[in-house]
Amino acid sequence: MSESRGRSRRIGRLAPYLLGLPAIVWLAVFFLVPLGMMLVKALQECNPATGSCVMTWHWSSLSDAWSNSSTIIIRSLTYALAATVIDLVLSFPIAYWIAFYAGRRRNFFLIMLLVPFFVSFVIRTVIWKFLLSSDGLVVHTLQALHLVSSDYQILGTTGAVIAGLAYNFLPFTALPLYVSLERLSPALLEASHDLYAGRITTFRKVVLPLCVPGIFAAFLLTFIPAFGDYVNQQVLGGFSNTMVGTVIQNYFLVYNDFSTGSALSVIVMGISLVGILVYGRLLGSKSIGDFV
Amino acid sequence: MSKRRGRWLGLYSWLLLAYLLVPIVGMVFFSFNDVLAGRPQITFQWNGATLRWYRELTQVVGLPESFWLSIRLAVVSTVIATAVGTLLALALVRYEGKKFRGRSVVDQTLFMNIAAPEIVMGASLLGMFASLHFSRGFTTLLLSHAVFSIAYVTVTVRARLQGFDRHLEEASGDLGATPLTTFRLVTLPMIMPGVLAGAMMAFALSLDDFVVSNFVSGTTLPFPVWVYGATRMGVPPQVFVFGTIIFLLGLAGALASLAMSRRNLTTN
Repeated sequence: MSESRGRSRRIGRLAPYLLGLPAIVWLAVFFLVPLGMMLVKALQECNPATGSCVMTWHWSSLSDAWSNSSTIIIRSLTYALAATVIDLVLSFPIAYWIAFYAGRRRNFFLIMLLVPFFVSFVIRTVIWKFLLSSDGLVVHTLQALHLVSSDYQILGTTGAVIAGLAYNFLPFTALPLYVSLERLSPALLEASHDLYAGRITTFRKVVLPLCVPGIFAAFLLTFIPAFGDYVNQQVLGGFSNTMVGTVIQNYFLVYNDFSTGSALSVIVMGISLVGILVYGRLLGSKSIGDFV
Repeated sequence: MSKRRGRWLGLYSWLLLAYLLVPIVGMVFFSFNDVLAGRPQITFQWNGATLRWYRELTQVVGLPESFWLSIRLAVVSTVIATAVGTLLALALVRYEGKKFRGRSVVDQTLFMNIAAPEIVMGASLLGMFASLHFSRGFTTLLLSHAVFSIAYVTVTVRARLQGFDRHLEEASGDLGATPLTTFRLVTLPMIMPGVLAGAMMAFALSLDDFVVSNFVSGTTLPFPVWVYGATRMGVPPQVFVFGTIIFLLGLAGALASLAMSRRNLTTN
């Protein structure tokens, strides 16, 4: 009796590790280890012809990758920032409306917000390519209204890439914003009103500060994927607006130069990690779970 | 006053939703568009309605195979990710402090996994598989899809687990049920809505994944990778038909879960 109780107590102590083991091993082997190997690969020198690599602690490969691609990286950051700001501005009102005005139909509207995800990301982008092309609906309409000249182009421009990014990642912005707004108690807004705060003051002094975690989460969950994206740029953009994702993809899948590709990926991961770690420090890494 | 503001916000919200729906309407509508001459590929010039692409759904070489591959991949990776992700969520919610050392490292890893750029995950997985001389195909796709789904399942299930009444499990134990029986008859039914939500998320992520798949697929092309490859030569209209099928499946799943959560609300 006491022996079996001892055994079950021991199992009880091990329980969290046993429960978590499969997932932890999976994440370690197929997420953390590949990242580590990528850093190692970036420090090696590889022969593109044979694919064989030698460890040379080639730290300069990181600075080389930065100096070769800094324009493209900064461009990618700028596009991602533009798309994220657009998304924050566009989705704050709808998140607010769903949280405070949609009542019983909240879930319906949330699903409407997610509906684009049911259509393949690649197909959505391809359709935008057709809609924005020179003989497509958008340009034709603008020309028919005499708003633009007959040689006006959208496809291939920076604007098209940013618009595509903003379109594709909008739900990633809207949902975390909704979650944080939904938690706001309407009583707080009433209290602010009772204390003679105007609508704008209430928004500025009550709503916004309480939504900071949500805004930060929305920012990260939009900005990082947009920063690394290359589908929008490849389908909607041209040669002048290459993003870093395209370059990484080419190193790996076209030039077969894993070493340079890894160095560039390490830089992209490093930049993303800064955002991730700052968030984790300020708001706790667990809280991101509340927003996805 | 507030009501009027609500009306303007409502109008804006509907417009935004309409904008989000534009490509979807385009896809469904143009899946019925005829092609008059030449090699069949999608155009947005309306040539009259036809059901031809629905009839000739399986006539494009490679496309049906890639569609089925995506479905199989999504099913298997969802099952794996849901099972191991749910167990991890249980461990994270139930055990704190000294009972679960390394918990914060796990938290950090989950968070990093969700926020990491997909391109880095794809590239690093390709690098690892290549240096182990692991040939790319269904297995590499499955391993990679499961890894990005696990974190989403875990956080989704954990969110639902937090309001869970543990006395019910204790009661079950006091009544002589083994831990396994308790899990099967008490815990699992109660966390089921969260598990289903996580599974739907994992399924959607896998079905729609392009970036990671593009790196680890080799010559075994899932649907999004196939479509992306086709954009260079012209996309066959059947792609829109398959896209419409996936869309309807997703919508049905979402509406079913909505109906289920409604029913749960009313029965509670």
